[in-house]
Amino acid sequence: MAALVEELRASYAFVERNINLTRRYWGWEIVFLVYSIVNSLAVTFIGAAMQEISGQQVNTAYLVLYLLIGTLVWSYLSVVFDAISEMITWERWEGTIEYTFMAPVHRVTHMVGTVLFAILYGVLRTAVILAVVSLFFHLDLGRANFLSATVVLLVGSISFVGLGIVAAILPLTFTERGSQMTRVVEAGLLLVSGVYYPIEVLPSWLRAIARVSPATYVLQGMRRSIMEGADLLALGPSLVPLLAIGLASIPIGVFIFGRAEWAARRNGTLKRNG
Amino acid sequence: MFDRSVSRALEVDAVSKRFLDRLFPLPFGRDRAAKREIIAVDSVSLVVERGQIYGILGANGSGKSTLIRLISTLLIPDAGRIRVFGHDVVREEMAVKRLINRVSVEAAFFRVLSPMENLLYAARLYGLDARRARKQIIEILERLGLDRDRVHEPLQKMSRGTQQKVAIARALLTSPVLLLLDEPTTGLDPRSKREVQKLILDLRATHDATILLTTHDMEEADRLCDRVAILHRGRIVADAVPSELKRVHGEGPGASLEDVFMRLTGHRLEEDEAEPVG
Repeated sequence: MAALVEELRASYAFVERNINLTRRYWGWEIVFLVYSIVNSLAVTFIGAAMQEISGQQVNTAYLVLYLLIGTLVWSYLSVVFDAISEMITWERWEGTIEYTFMAPVHRVTHMVGTVLFAILYGVLRTAVILAVVSLFFHLDLGRANFLSATVVLLVGSISFVGLGIVAAILPLTFTERGSQMTRVVEAGLLLVSGVYYPIEVLPSWLRAIARVSPATYVLQGMRRSIMEGADLLALGPSLVPLLAIGLASIPIGVFIFGRAEWAARRNGTLKRNG
Repeated sequence: MFDRSVSRALEVDAVSKRFLDRLFPLPFGRDRAAKREIIAVDSVSLVVERGQIYGILGANGSGKSTLIRLISTLLIPDAGRIRVFGHDVVREEMAVKRLINRVSVEAAFFRVLSPMENLLYAARLYGLDARRARKQIIEILERLGLDRDRVHEPLQKMSRGTQQKVAIARALLTSPVLLLLDEPTTGLDPRSKREVQKLILDLRATHDATILLTTHDMEEADRLCDRVAILHRGRIVADAVPSELKRVHGEGPGASLEDVFMRLTGHRLEEDEAEPVG
């Protein structure tokens, strides 16, 4: 029990440190937030304008909500993914990686702290974006099942955490180009996961990739919860693969990360930056 | 975890470490052909007794920092064994981490954060109670001469000497029984250098700490260390108390460690520093 308390205390070290860093880099945070709000608005306005663009009768309210869910969910998932996958990049950039890796803290504890902060930060940030974007559109949330939506987001976070840990291996292993590689992974997820369109419009080979992306199931589940009011039972086809991906990717990610860390300590690439 | 009956704080036994250095980058494949091997640490053996200040003297690129990284679990040796108070650094990594702390040449901090924020982060990592740690941080920093009102200022606004003092404060906070000081005074102005050196002596006197100090400052090694090893191109070429080194390897009375270094390596320290690594 005492050991668990100590690990939790150490986990909180990463949460508190990241909160402090966010506070100190407040200028960047504002820029990043404004960019995200503008991006969400720009995408959602496409839905609002569709009737004018096509010259045909379109269910604009449906389209606006469809795109808004896409942009908000993607904003949340990408923040969670970035915070975890950049765990190493950030420490290298600040020059603290050796100090953190020398501390008597298990890597899982380090990851738990990073994940807790990522989820907290992602939720708060997405809530701010939602609050601002809501001022621009009339949103009909009369059918929304918020309990289902929350469960989908939580389960989705687990699978994205696994994916983030796997992606964090790239900067650890490839000191020069690893962090750019995580961007490629993220861009790939954005393309195939049906963020702004149903995956059915994709070519069959991209659809096959979409089926292993956890973002696909998070977006499907969120849209069905909010737009159709689906309950948890009805969301089984989204929740089961999400859980399966999360339960598989987290232990696999932690294991591979451990091997990559060992290799970095053997090759002397832990600290090297380029 | 810390066995007080163990008299040997550190045992390094025939440890070697080599790296592959990329000569020029190739975008695709055939990368191996463009690398050369560098032997950073070559069959190094040494013993540091508990309570000693043990100096490792060497030029830039002589393997000092690699040796410190091997001891602090950041690198895995290719050959040999390292034990800290009887714990193997590879097999009992977590036990070793609890006993050590390191102050490196560049103070590794989140520079936008304040000393308080950085030290509190360290305290939590090392399992200290945050409320007690806050009090201790103020006490230690004040003892090191940092004004109370600067404790919440970002570190990036402070001089390198002050940052180095904060690094030492961080090490003190976690009460390591083996403190690894990797060129802690390099780049400091004479006054800050003197203050940090005094701190090192105080540290040994007031805390039950063993100190491994790497430096390329001969005068510093002579002044602070109970025992000195000279590391040259990854190998230890001498290991003795400073007076004995000077007596055996110096040229007559009044010989300095600089003379000893020159005699044993065939170079003056400045010349060695100018030579390429490897």
